[in-house]
Amino acid sequence: MNALAVFIADDEAPARERIKELLADIAPELPTRIAGEAGNGLDALEQVPGSGARVLLLDIAMPGMDGLELARHLGALENAPAIVFVTAHDEHAVEAFELNALDYLMKPVRAARLAAALRKAADAPAPDAERLARAARGPRQYFSVTERSRIVLVPVRDVVYFKAELKYVTLRTQAGEHLIEDSLVALEREFAQDYVRIHRNCLVARNAMRSFERAGGDDDDPHWNVVLDGIPERLPVSRRQWPLVKGLVNLGRE
Amino acid sequence: MSSSSISQNAHADALPDLRNLGVIARILIGVNLLAFGAVLFAEPSWAQSFTRFTRVASILEPVLLLSIVALYLALPWLLQLPYRTGCATVLAIELLLATIVHALAAQAGAEFAPGSLGRTLALAAGATLFVLGYFRLHARAFSPALAEARLQALQSRIRPHFLFNSLNAVLSLVRRDPRRAERTLQDLADLFRELMADGRRFVRLADEIALLERYSGIEKLRLGERLRIVWELDEAPSDALLPPMVLQPLLENAIYHGVEPATGASEVVVRIVRRGDRVLVQVENAYRGESAKLRGGNHMAMENIRERLRLFFDAEARLESRIDGERYRVEIEIPYRSGAGLRQ
Repeated sequence: MNALAVFIADDEAPARERIKELLADIAPELPTRIAGEAGNGLDALEQVPGSGARVLLLDIAMPGMDGLELARHLGALENAPAIVFVTAHDEHAVEAFELNALDYLMKPVRAARLAAALRKAADAPAPDAERLARAARGPRQYFSVTERSRIVLVPVRDVVYFKAELKYVTLRTQAGEHLIEDSLVALEREFAQDYVRIHRNCLVARNAMRSFERAGGDDDDPHWNVVLDGIPERLPVSRRQWPLVKGLVNLGRE
Repeated sequence: MSSSSISQNAHADALPDLRNLGVIARILIGVNLLAFGAVLFAEPSWAQSFTRFTRVASILEPVLLLSIVALYLALPWLLQLPYRTGCATVLAIELLLATIVHALAAQAGAEFAPGSLGRTLALAAGATLFVLGYFRLHARAFSPALAEARLQALQSRIRPHFLFNSLNAVLSLVRRDPRRAERTLQDLADLFRELMADGRRFVRLADEIALLERYSGIEKLRLGERLRIVWELDEAPSDALLPPMVLQPLLENAIYHGVEPATGASEVVVRIVRRGDRVLVQVENAYRGESAKLRGGNHMAMENIRERLRLFFDAEARLESRIDGERYRVEIEIPYRSGAGLRQ
């Protein structure tokens, strides 16, 4: 029998038990098997890719990483599972789901609703990144980079700068660099609080800017570079952004 | 003599509780402001106003302080009188005190000479009537009917998040462990009974603690090992009186903001002690700066408790929260009132 592989992510053990009971109840009409279980967002992110799950039953309010952010990272997988969100009561989430046509179940879940959602999800593709991003409550905590079907997380606070190059954006941390698919404009909007544009193609972490250094030009029209914490590389500040950027170094360091 | 229930007072006017710190503070500040205003009006410059006020104060303050003491002592007797007679008696006491202080000041020499006795008495009478009038208006603005309506509206609310997650947890028990499911439903019932009960009476601390334990049992079922509660209740005065459902929201907040966002186990400390004539309640949880911001909703619950404490204890209760390094701590301090004389 071709059982549907379901992964359950919920931080409350009784809630996971309940879902398993319900899956057993609906087995005669909709056979399923448990592809895995996780009790927080980070564990789920690690386990889901190798689990072969076709559907992920995903709690929203989870420690480590909430369900909406988890769904965004999983979306980068080649055969990402379809996602059915499960929530107890979260006005914000429910409103966001409705608005972005994401499928969700309310706790306590009814068996019939669960069966219907699983059937629908099994045929549906994973929700697209755009809709998930719109439904999210705040900026992401991590960037995800897929490496050989594994998802590697880079904490947002580790990023020193983003630089747009041709098709991709490079993200630079003290440890190294990664390519991500977000556009610089979208990044600027999402992380406006902590990152500032210093050049047409570059966003820099406000608290990573150490000082400025003269980079040429003549006295009437000097060019400046940003000196960064922990990275020897210098980044040019465009003439257009200079008036905005020059005050930030002192501000950022008290 | 503080009433054990707010609803106990009839709608009739009554003298303020002259032993309440808040009331005393209002009298002192109010009369001084009044005097300062008058001086400011009479004198052409700030400097002259201040000089004049210090002179006024030399007669005003003794009268005020003597009044506080006299009224404090006379209060039980005053409260037995009809409101109007009570006011007249207060006025008489004030005029008497003003006369005494006036006479003493006149004897003390020209430096303190307060002018004619008639003028002093007129000012004393004016100030007294002003204060009595203020408290009458204040009492009407916070009349029992109004206070009751506000208390009902402020009745603390349990987060729907908790209700639905708890029901879900009970559902998961029904087949595996029916007895535990029964117990949990009974605990939930107790919690909601208390929540929907009359919010205007006082309850005993022991009963509130029992309720906290039921509530924490339900949370424990949901969160398992992740939730650790340390109870420091050995010195809790179990007969102390407090408004109902003041402690539960504190614990609920601590769990919602401190424990639920943690991937591992997290500790909540509940500490209740008596310090002389005060009862001190502290609830402490791990502080998580960023997730706390995202979850939100904390502010409303705290304001709600603050408002209810104010309606019950006026200025005598205190609610504070602060971040102590990695810990977030909420502290409530209320006057210790024993439940021995509790009107049921």
